[in-house]
Amino acid sequence: MYDFGILFSSVLNGVTTGAVYALIALGLTLIYGVLHIINFAHGAALMVALYAVYLLKTQLGIDPYLALPLVVPGMFALGYALQRAIINRAGHGKDENILLVTLGISIVLENLALLVFKSDTRSIETAYTLTTVAIGPAMIALPKLVAFAGALATSALLLLILTRTDLGRAIRAVAKEKHGAKLMGIDVDHVYAMCFGIGLACLGAAACFLLPAYYVNPQVGAGFVPVAFTVVVLGGMGSFGGALLGGLLIGVVESLGGLFLGESLGQIGIFAVFIAVLLFRPQGLFGAKA
Amino acid sequence: MTNRRAFIRQSTAAATALAFPLVGGAQPKAVKVGILHPVTGALAYSGQQCREGALMAIEDINKTGIKSLGGAKIDALLGDAQSAPQAGAAEIEKMNEAACSAVVGAFASAICLATTQAAAKYNLPHVVDVGVADQIVERGLKNTFRFGPGYRTCAQVAVSNLHVLNTLAGKPAKTVMIIHEESLFGTGTAALLARELPGFGFEVKEVIKHANPTRDFNNIVLRMKAVNPDIVIPANYYNEYALLVRTMQQQKVAPKAIYSVLGGAASSYKFLKEFPDAANGIIDCNHWFNPKDKRALDLRKRVEAKGLFFTYELFNTYTAVQLLADAIERAKSTDRAAITEALASSTFSNHFMPYGATKFQNGQNLGAQPLMTQVIKGDIRVIVPRDYRETDPVFPMKA
Repeated sequence: MYDFGILFSSVLNGVTTGAVYALIALGLTLIYGVLHIINFAHGAALMVALYAVYLLKTQLGIDPYLALPLVVPGMFALGYALQRAIINRAGHGKDENILLVTLGISIVLENLALLVFKSDTRSIETAYTLTTVAIGPAMIALPKLVAFAGALATSALLLLILTRTDLGRAIRAVAKEKHGAKLMGIDVDHVYAMCFGIGLACLGAAACFLLPAYYVNPQVGAGFVPVAFTVVVLGGMGSFGGALLGGLLIGVVESLGGLFLGESLGQIGIFAVFIAVLLFRPQGLFGAKA
Repeated sequence: MTNRRAFIRQSTAAATALAFPLVGGAQPKAVKVGILHPVTGALAYSGQQCREGALMAIEDINKTGIKSLGGAKIDALLGDAQSAPQAGAAEIEKMNEAACSAVVGAFASAICLATTQAAAKYNLPHVVDVGVADQIVERGLKNTFRFGPGYRTCAQVAVSNLHVLNTLAGKPAKTVMIIHEESLFGTGTAALLARELPGFGFEVKEVIKHANPTRDFNNIVLRMKAVNPDIVIPANYYNEYALLVRTMQQQKVAPKAIYSVLGGAASSYKFLKEFPDAANGIIDCNHWFNPKDKRALDLRKRVEAKGLFFTYELFNTYTAVQLLADAIERAKSTDRAAITEALASSTFSNHFMPYGATKFQNGQNLGAQPLMTQVIKGDIRVIVPRDYRETDPVFPMKA
């Protein structure tokens, strides 16, 4: 058995990692909740955002955290354009088409990255990359703490947008009843594109918080997508609070699982929780009953 | 109508003019060689480095061509093993159908195990460039030749040198923790080390396995904190190695030595450039060139001029292709059986690896050996053996 200091460190580490999972899952759950599509290009879009942060740092010397006002709107624009110009048109309103289109986009993006950046794994060095903060007996890397705070702030902002703005009301209306919303004069295509844009903007924020402590290569998204899907299902498809809590929970389960069972076997914890939720609460922790 | 006729007439004339030199020039037929690496997927960085090494070797060889074949050029057929053994084996099928005379590849042990076996079905000679698992050359496959050392040799060299270093320093280190990646290479190396170390008086406190990719090493480092080993031995690929050592630095875990065996980043100029502080003092037992050979230093300059790093993947594959070209030269043929025969009796010595003249026994080059390096004052220097030593080792790292 480990002493308290090590257990505490592990839980804290899980919570901070989980916050980033939550942020990635938030984008995914928003897109699912409103557009009812599973975005297979989510991992590739995260990779694009990470490269953007990387380039801003290495080419222009912009710190990853200061890159937020550039990367987030950039990713939003990319998402908006992708939905309007490609997914909406090529999907013809059929779910299976849309699935394939997003899958296709991910393949194109990953191979473009491979062409431009090669498969080289790149990371950035900042003044604070190796800085740690002591919280009780635990040493937490500063970038992870910032990521945790950033993820919570982004989630709060997203929740505010959805509950307090006209856009949020429109999004919720479209999510509930597309045709009704259309009859009320809501531009459904615009709302769809806004959702896709916001979903990718979340990834932009996640990338800014992630890169100081992580790396980027063309396949980097593949590591996050299965976890993000698990978080979304765990929290309840389309539920924001669920995604946030699900992310944190998965982070802690993964961390403790890794500590007790080893890094390879520790992943079992995530899927054990996942299966348990599907068995006993199939609508997810925060999902409404069908 | 006139236009169409004119077009046909002109095209025929052009085609004849273009084709004629080929027919009349008596160019020797190129030798097709499969260059197979995991250039996409989790091992993509290493795979691309290997491919670059192979292409640079072919470029050099093609300056004169294979003399015994009238200056025939080597024609590379590039394959992607996608970081998966089955994809590697599928590429071998394609290379066989494309009438390749031989194959060089395929970096990772697990992939090499599949590709050598697939190539054996067609008696297709297969030079293994890295693949350190000893099973690769121990299955009696007549087509398989490995130029570099296997992990048993590397583990034995590493452990006996650790014993020497520790004894000379007054035996400050007693406990060891091994951290390895989960595929054949890491698992096999870790098992060998765990078996050998107790014989030299070291207690192996824990052996931890991790996946590729692993996103976060905090837990492993927390366990390291709990165990507090004197020596940490990582055996994994680049990304995970780099993340592990960085996390150790963050969590302020500083063992008496980070002593890598085939460490993915330990003796890498890339790692050194990106994380000079984290790399400082790391010892590695790995593939390494003869640091006193001018050809190696010249190649390093050329590689760096391309904006690449001179890593073991690159120079291992470079020399593996040279070995094959030498065999084709002596075989005087593109026939697979003749090349296999020439490889088996190879005495290739015109290379910059610290192996001496080549001598294969059951497909393993007997002279192949790893070198021990250490990161000292911002450079990777050879510390053992004495013949290649550039600087004295620093052990242990902390008082």
